[in-house]
Amino acid sequence: MHRTTAALMGTCVVTAAFLYIPEFAALVGRRELVVRIHEWAGLLLPVPVLAGLASRAFRADLGFLNRFGPHDRVWLRAALRRDKRRRSRPAGKFNAGQKVYAAWIAGATLVMLGTGLLMWFTHLTPLIWRTSATFVHDWLALTIGIVLAGHIGMALGDPEARRGLRTGSVSRLWADREHPLWRP
Amino acid sequence: MGKDDGTLTGTRHRWLFGGRGCSNQCVKPEPSEEPGPDRDARPDPERPGEPDPERPGEPDPERPEERGAPIGRRVLLGTLGLGALGVLAASPLQRALESFLAGASEKDPTGLTGLLPNGGGFRYYSVASSVPHKTAADYRLTVDGLVDRPRSYTLADLRALPQTRLVHDVQCVTGWRVPGTPFEGVRLSHLLDAAGVRSSAGAIRFKCFDGTYTESLTLKQARRSDVLVALRMQDKPLGHDHGGPVRLYVAPMYFYKSAKWLSGITVTEDVRPGYWEERGYDVDAWVGRSNGRDDEPTS
Repeated sequence: MHRTTAALMGTCVVTAAFLYIPEFAALVGRRELVVRIHEWAGLLLPVPVLAGLASRAFRADLGFLNRFGPHDRVWLRAALRRDKRRRSRPAGKFNAGQKVYAAWIAGATLVMLGTGLLMWFTHLTPLIWRTSATFVHDWLALTIGIVLAGHIGMALGDPEARRGLRTGSVSRLWADREHPLWRP
Repeated sequence: MGKDDGTLTGTRHRWLFGGRGCSNQCVKPEPSEEPGPDRDARPDPERPGEPDPERPGEPDPERPEERGAPIGRRVLLGTLGLGALGVLAASPLQRALESFLAGASEKDPTGLTGLLPNGGGFRYYSVASSVPHKTAADYRLTVDGLVDRPRSYTLADLRALPQTRLVHDVQCVTGWRVPGTPFEGVRLSHLLDAAGVRSSAGAIRFKCFDGTYTESLTLKQARRSDVLVALRMQDKPLGHDHGGPVRLYVAPMYFYKSAKWLSGITVTEDVRPGYWEERGYDVDAWVGRSNGRDDEPTS
């Protein structure tokens, strides 16, 4: 699921770069085709998560992501102070940063989808909405690009987390260290 | 809950998930060789589903993950709300940002502000997969159709004609605007007069050497003094990415009317919609009075 979402998000980002950055646009041209790919990748982006709702395990994880306990407040404070000591970063299965990221990227994706649809089906709404939607779509795209780079950067810096993503399990040592409150 | 009823359905049960797949929905810790610092306080991974005798009741202080405020949902809804607010407040926000970025880009030596949304730069749009490069040696502009004297111009021919320089904003129908951009070239009306337009004519059809793009104007629009066959832009010869060596420049209209890589001018009886116009854009593309937009007129 993460792989499908990542592939769709990657497609959106790459096609967006081809549409948006003049140098890249000059490389590929074919504007109409790139627009179609971008639109469909964007439309399909929420599908893996929606399909995941059929899984009880996935819904349980969404519950974890949604609920913020007192330890998450401690974690976020420490993150703001750039306090990297283990003891000041208590976390369950997901740390507070991952929770905030998950909620924000989900909301941002839906905003991109909404504004994208306004730009796509201009005849369904007053046409002036298109300008406004373009404005939000452009700036949010830039923000998502930066946040996504941070997301990928953090994954690159944590091989064990990536192993967990790939194989489905992590070492107990790592879990005790990084997610001490996790009780699977 | 808290008792082992063998159903393995609650999140309170240990080792619930099989650890397959590629999402961390299934991630579980596996036993390590070395015991962790507080290993003894941990549930035994070898005994799945076993309730911890020390923590039988609810609420479970060692299970902070299951309690707490639904902040994730609030962040998600807040993001959605901000997005909706952004759409509603886009016009004033955009104006403020444009003026701020216009100021910033003057002091920005890297040119990165040009890449920001509303950063005041041009964006490259081409509907063709690749566009041939034409030089002074092989470029030709034909004028034909309902005219008495059809002819073909080389780049040198066009340069030898009287040149007009206009400075207006460029407004794209997708929202970006580039302030005060100089274009220089031959008035379209001059070429039409030279060709001798017949009385039955009512419109012009433009062809481009990218092989795909087309545009059109009514004869009345084409005769305006702010419609050029442009050879220069921003006081430089028109580069390939900007539609060089020769493009159309229709100052009062959205920029899709200013066809790049212009290769043919055909005088016709009626307007035939161009490439984007067949895909929903207005044929009469006056800036601020078409396509449902209210931009400030450019000319």
